[in-house]
Amino acid sequence: MRSNFSVLVENNPGVLARVAGLFSRRGYNIDSLSVSRTDDPTISRMTIVVDGDEAVLDQVAKQLRKLVDVIRVRDITNEPHVDRELILIKVNADPTTRTEIMQIVEIFRGRIVDVGEYTCIVEVTGDEGKIDAIQNALKPFGILELVRTGKVAMQRGTRTVLVED
Amino acid sequence: MLTGGQILIECLRNEGVDTVFGYPGGAVLPIYDALYDSDIRHILTRHEQAAAHAADGYARATGRPGVCLATSGPGATNLVTGIANAAMDSVPMVALTGQVPTTLLGKDSFQEADITGITMPITKHNYLVRDINDLPRTIKEAFYIATTGRPGPVLIDIPRDVSGGKAEYRDPGPIGLRGYQPRLAGEPAKIAAAAKAIAMSRRPVIYAGGGVINSGAAEQLKKLAETLMAPVVVTLMGLGGFPADHPLFLGMLGMHGSKYANYAVSECDLLLAIGVRFDDRVTGKVETFAPHATVVHIDIDQAELGKNVPIDIAIPGDVRTVLVDLLKHLHGKPDPAWNEKIRLWKKEYPLDYKKQGLRPQAVIREIASVTAGKDVRITTEVGQNQMWTAQYFPFTRPRSFISSGGLGTMGYGFPAAIGVQVGCPDELVFDIAGDGSIQMNIQELATVVNYELPVNIAVLNNSYLGMVRQWQELFYDRRYSQTELKNPDFVRIAEAYDAQGIRVEKAAEIRPALEQAIASSKPVLLDFHIEREENVMPMVPPGESINKMLG
Repeated sequence: MRSNFSVLVENNPGVLARVAGLFSRRGYNIDSLSVSRTDDPTISRMTIVVDGDEAVLDQVAKQLRKLVDVIRVRDITNEPHVDRELILIKVNADPTTRTEIMQIVEIFRGRIVDVGEYTCIVEVTGDEGKIDAIQNALKPFGILELVRTGKVAMQRGTRTVLVED
Repeated sequence: MLTGGQILIECLRNEGVDTVFGYPGGAVLPIYDALYDSDIRHILTRHEQAAAHAADGYARATGRPGVCLATSGPGATNLVTGIANAAMDSVPMVALTGQVPTTLLGKDSFQEADITGITMPITKHNYLVRDINDLPRTIKEAFYIATTGRPGPVLIDIPRDVSGGKAEYRDPGPIGLRGYQPRLAGEPAKIAAAAKAIAMSRRPVIYAGGGVINSGAAEQLKKLAETLMAPVVVTLMGLGGFPADHPLFLGMLGMHGSKYANYAVSECDLLLAIGVRFDDRVTGKVETFAPHATVVHIDIDQAELGKNVPIDIAIPGDVRTVLVDLLKHLHGKPDPAWNEKIRLWKKEYPLDYKKQGLRPQAVIREIASVTAGKDVRITTEVGQNQMWTAQYFPFTRPRSFISSGGLGTMGYGFPAAIGVQVGCPDELVFDIAGDGSIQMNIQELATVVNYELPVNIAVLNNSYLGMVRQWQELFYDRRYSQTELKNPDFVRIAEAYDAQGIRVEKAAEIRPALEQAIASSKPVLLDFHIEREENVMPMVPPGESINKMLG
């Protein structure tokens, strides 16, 4: 079972090491982790995707809460939420294949953000399924490099994970 | 203007610190310079590891946070075992380390070690103070975190330009930690559910641990047991939390628990787990632990609830607060058949040992007998000495048994005894040791002599690493690989440090030797030459159910 945790942490040096260290020493599997500052510069928000059974996910939340620098932990998997990932793919593109690539990118509502003599860089935002799909669609042209941000997620409507909650 | 070192001392005094255990070095010179003018007592150990264990022992005996201090690099890394030990056993400790100046951080400077990185997994929290103005707030937070909720060690790393810099001391004001708000009270609905389960049970057992001692709940535990007429089994950390001379006491459970304790747990229909964490040395084969029981678990640390075994009713909260609330719901309705069954087990499977020769169990019994009626605190090392003490010394008050449980640190007991003696100067302190363990911090004989601390050390000397040898005997076909020790003459070693040494080779000599040690104002090392291949029994083989015991 994969779960999305929305986690608020103090924006202190070492906070990422504390969280990452916790996952590695207790043997939890991180699928992805993304972190950045929020509108409040003293607070960062992490979206952590974890794979594990119910007991493991329960422990993940509890162990995260024990860290002094962790302010809020919420598993939002089963709440209505939006999740997004961004991918950049550098793919082989010469004049004979460029049009076809552009068509694929169009279908996925992506953008071409760089064009070179033999390559182009494709940018796509979306949920995991869409990101996986474009990756597969572009594979036949030859992917040179690929980078994904990992998932970021947010609950829909008035539900929030905030310090005040 | 004060130096950072002076601000630190001011903050320690505000926290009520009267003693620091430490060892000086380059990166803590400004701190030691400030200590020189201070009324805080500094105990100079002969190894930083001993400073950490002494602070730990001081904390366990007094209930107040222990403070240790070491320089950067190797000084700091020498604290690591002591910090890990305190973390595993939930001991409130503040470890202060010097660090290279901020300008040299991260440059592999002389005596630089990333001690906040190193201790991240073994501290409750830690800090690197980069700005002298952050010192008062950091120290206040550190003591608050170390002593509240589930207690634990907090480390503060202080670069030399911070301790040597100058600033005004400013009171940091109230603590505002958004991510740390320990809750004390249990949810009323959960407490009511627990009371209902208790009312429905016919065969209850109370399984109590160190949380009872940490939260000061020994009185409430006794009241609970007596209300329900429920037998009490304790973990190693729980010894002293319930009086061993009480008729409802079944002793320790688990790997070296009594048979009747393990049988009671295996047959109970309700297990009241209080301030415990279902450690593997307690549960044995986890699938068959308390197989017929509804499990109620009370603990301050929410992460312990459901971590190792499934829990039916989990109550996060301070043990004492929860027990006070729970007791309001309870009415005794004991089943005489259950208590009768336990009485028969106690009669049929008593803890016992062979009497001929000089037996370690007899030494423990004599120490208990000769100190009966006196205020005595016992520390132990780790191994057979520790298990025999747990089995045969009848602890009747909290904080009187001080031992390394979770980490199992050989070399803990003697330096811990230093901290205990410093914290309880008018009490009798014994370290019950093995010949292997005592040599891991034997240099501390210099410390006890230096400060005239009349600590007594009872070495149960079998010239083996006894517990490992026991496992080799039982599970490795008596192949004693690297467990036989060629030891020095401990009596002469004690004498060389200007302590007293007494060798004991016959059972009849045990009591006179102990009386002599207690009467002596010097620290005394008693070297008991015990039966060499005595085993700790009963024993649950590793990975086996706890009701399937050897011996």
